Amino acid sequence: MNAPVKFETTLKDWETDQEVRWCPGCGDYAILKAVQRTLPQLGCDPKNTVFISGIGCSSRFPYYMESYGFHTIHGRAPAVATGVKLANPDLDVWLVTGDGDGLSIGGNHMMHVLRRNVNMQIMLFNNEIYGLTKGQSSPTSRIGTKSPSTPIGSYDRPANPCAFALGSGARFVARGFDISKKLPEVLIAAHAHQGAAFIEIFQNCIVYNKDVFEAFAVPKGAGDHQLWLEHGEPMLFGDPKVGMDKGIALDTETLELKVVSVVDGDWQSAGVLVHDQTNRSIVHMLVEMEFGPFPMALGVLYDDPRPTFEAAVIEERAKSSAGKEANLAKLLAKGQTWTVEASEGHPTD
Amino acid sequence: MATSAVKNPDAAPAAAESPEAVVVRFAGDSGDGMQLTGGQFTLSTALAGNDLATFPDFPAEIRAPQGTLFGVSAFQINFGSREINTAGDAPDVLVAMNPAALKVNLQSLKPGGLVIIDTGEFSKRNLDKAKYTVSPLDDGSLAKWDVLAFDISALTIEAVKPFGLGNKDALRSKNMWTLGLALWMFDRPRDPIEQWLKAKFKSKPDIADANIAALNAGHAYGETAELTGPLKKLHIDPVESAPGLYRTITGAEAISLGLVAGAQLAELPMFFGGYPITPASAILHHLARLKEFGVTTFQAEDEIAAICAAIGASYAGQLGITSSSGPGIALKTEAMGLAIMTELPLVIVNSQRGGPSTGLPTKTEQSDLYQAVYGRNGDAPMPVVSCSSPGDAFDCAIEAVRIATQYMTPVMLLTDGYIANAAEPWLVPDPDNYTPFPAKFLEKKNAKNADGDDTLLPYKRDATGKRPWIKPGTPDLMHRIGGIEKQVDTGHIDYAPDNHQAMTDIRINKVLGVDVPDQEVALGETSGKLVVVGWGSTYGPIRRAVDNARRKGLDVSHIHVRHIWPLPKNLGPLLHSYDNVLVPEMNTGQFKTVLRDQFLVDATPLTKTSGQPFAIAELEEAIGKYFDNIPGNEGGEVAVNDTQLPSPEPDA
Repeated sequence: MNAPVKFETTLKDWETDQEVRWCPGCGDYAILKAVQRTLPQLGCDPKNTVFISGIGCSSRFPYYMESYGFHTIHGRAPAVATGVKLANPDLDVWLVTGDGDGLSIGGNHMMHVLRRNVNMQIMLFNNEIYGLTKGQSSPTSRIGTKSPSTPIGSYDRPANPCAFALGSGARFVARGFDISKKLPEVLIAAHAHQGAAFIEIFQNCIVYNKDVFEAFAVPKGAGDHQLWLEHGEPMLFGDPKVGMDKGIALDTETLELKVVSVVDGDWQSAGVLVHDQTNRSIVHMLVEMEFGPFPMALGVLYDDPRPTFEAAVIEERAKSSAGKEANLAKLLAKGQTWTVEASEGHPTD
Repeated sequence: MATSAVKNPDAAPAAAESPEAVVVRFAGDSGDGMQLTGGQFTLSTALAGNDLATFPDFPAEIRAPQGTLFGVSAFQINFGSREINTAGDAPDVLVAMNPAALKVNLQSLKPGGLVIIDTGEFSKRNLDKAKYTVSPLDDGSLAKWDVLAFDISALTIEAVKPFGLGNKDALRSKNMWTLGLALWMFDRPRDPIEQWLKAKFKSKPDIADANIAALNAGHAYGETAELTGPLKKLHIDPVESAPGLYRTITGAEAISLGLVAGAQLAELPMFFGGYPITPASAILHHLARLKEFGVTTFQAEDEIAAICAAIGASYAGQLGITSSSGPGIALKTEAMGLAIMTELPLVIVNSQRGGPSTGLPTKTEQSDLYQAVYGRNGDAPMPVVSCSSPGDAFDCAIEAVRIATQYMTPVMLLTDGYIANAAEPWLVPDPDNYTPFPAKFLEKKNAKNADGDDTLLPYKRDATGKRPWIKPGTPDLMHRIGGIEKQVDTGHIDYAPDNHQAMTDIRINKVLGVDVPDQEVALGETSGKLVVVGWGSTYGPIRRAVDNARRKGLDVSHIHVRHIWPLPKNLGPLLHSYDNVLVPEMNTGQFKTVLRDQFLVDATPLTKTSGQPFAIAELEEAIGKYFDNIPGNEGGEVAVNDTQLPSPEPDA
């Protein structure tokens, strides 16, 4: 839940005295800084902030945040976080997970935390590899990924985290990447969303899966390769030097998305779609949009809040206990009872 | 209507007119409502002031095909005017609602016992399903017993006719007809059942009336049949019990109430994470209706999420509880390690059932003791408390909460399928008689750093060895915890060899230091020739068998252990003061191993893994063998003789 009063902090206030132990050049450093930069902007109070993680490189994150933190076990962070939120809904919970932790061993918990809509921010660092265990292919690794467990290349089809989230019933789905300057904006939108906010953050594993996102994440050619979505704005992209000369339109014959050229900024006549972050059908197409023929859809893809799980639990508890007295003595003596009178053989004392 | 009532002239009377105790078993198809019949009969028996114990025995299938042998559901009750410890070895009276129920249950009926049979269900088709080639009503195979066979189905249809129900609906009242007959037999009032029926079918008054009519018809039938057959009215006097207010309680209810009481004594809201599993689900169901006591119940996506959410709630300052049965407990194991490592309070209730794997979901066993004491990766010590009866489960649940919150540790509370489902009369405790143990949370920094400034040490310990409980949301106490090895005091990640040695020792010693009451002797002396050591639901049969043996003059005592880990400090010396130690268990000898390991005592196992509780006779036989070499007492089957078996001198 958002802190009602803005709390004054600086980036430094969110740093711990612990030595950060990621590999030099790891994308996690950039994400850590982005988060530490964003929390003061949000007015978050460290005492009410809890970072909860599973297992993996990403899951070391809580140790580096000067807030409450719980580094749990592999895949189970969503379940632990659900318990934390139900016990104290006022805590501002950030979940940190990865592609292996969140979609492989913890895929079930991820599905349920999303469908229940527990109010928290879920940051899934997707580096398409198991880093901490030294480089095995992960559920998001592309087919053909060579790794110690797939020496001639992986052959299982990768999962799409945002499609998984949307399919699980998430009401907020966003995408960013480690070195992106726009990552804080995405985090701010996620924090503003009341409910489970799912953020896929592409993260460069410099040791085991170096530069797999280079095709769209490097500044060179970014305009042509990144489609930053903004609610109410046309889906335009392209080299800024030549203007946003491309857009995403809907092919009404096949009901599929297509790339169209925009001439002289006249996106309307090119049929370019205006991003509606509550349009689930179009968002389904956006998360499935294949990079290559299409740019990478980034930013807030979907944001359409529904009542949170905690709210429903609190309401049910109130309804279920309405008019009932919490009297233990009465509870113990409930139902049909009988009394045995004291006799000589059994004195009352 | 084919009514036959045969009094066997050779058979001993099933029971005297006013016997001390009677065992009745209701058996029928799983759709016949036998558990309901048994439950209501139990209530009326309790209200009549008898002591009692019950044993519901039902198939794992929800609706097994009608009339089949594996679809038979039974409910046994033992009640009497003396203390009752078990549901009884063998029934005196068997009610068999169909051929399959007769076939499955007949052999356990005492010779000369009474069997009541609904002939309306003895069609060729039902006989085939029960694998009878000839009807047992016709071939003389029931000669050993008294038989009362008549068409209960037709009588029920007749009785509910005025209410205009179709035959199918009418036959649903058959169990109430049978209950009416049983109430007549044992001289029980019908009022409580009528009230219960009216409340149950509040929105369907005609169904309530039909059931009441069936109940009354069964009762009236008793009066008539008495004149012509073996059916006799029996009166069981009330048992002499301690004065006070009583109710009946099952183990699952008692655990739920005990957890609520424990949370109140700890002054904590309760968070219960569960996942459906037999026979543990009943606890989730009970607690889901007790929200006014600050209870949150959460039906998780799986067993792992159920315990992890409970850990999350404990971390956030509530009393986290999770519950399951053997296979589900196995799934929770890794998370128990996390609770041990992060030193958070947590209660894990294990309603044991037959295993391994899916095993026997509806049958009882005590085979998770190794799992409870040893079953985790790493050196992962955890206190274990075990319930010995439905009523005892209340106090054990409180004890588990006390240890969890006072020592910042997960605690496993062991119960089993038998205790969970069995009912017994319960002297309703006064909550004011329990000493509260309020949980404390750290509110400010608890140490000084080198510069003399206040600092937080999340793993600094008090005299009992526990670390502070720190709620997120507390100002200035932000810190990080997790499953990686912690540095002593600071809780920072630390893989150093000396630190791991130190922390392993700290965790082990904290649990070994849990204050556990001294072990008492349940029955008998503190030394002697033989002690029977039990734990869990074997309490009833051991108690009765040892009592019987002592009445014969045998020097045998009974010890029943509640604190499985850590064990009571005096238990070792106590066991060594007996010549022989016999450990009956519904497993292959798990507690025996722990006792041998901890105390180098020559404990002898007596094991049973049939999914059924021990019979008293089985234990009596085992006890008797220890006295075989004493002249005149081969097999232990001799009359009472005080001088025959003097207790040996205690070891110097």
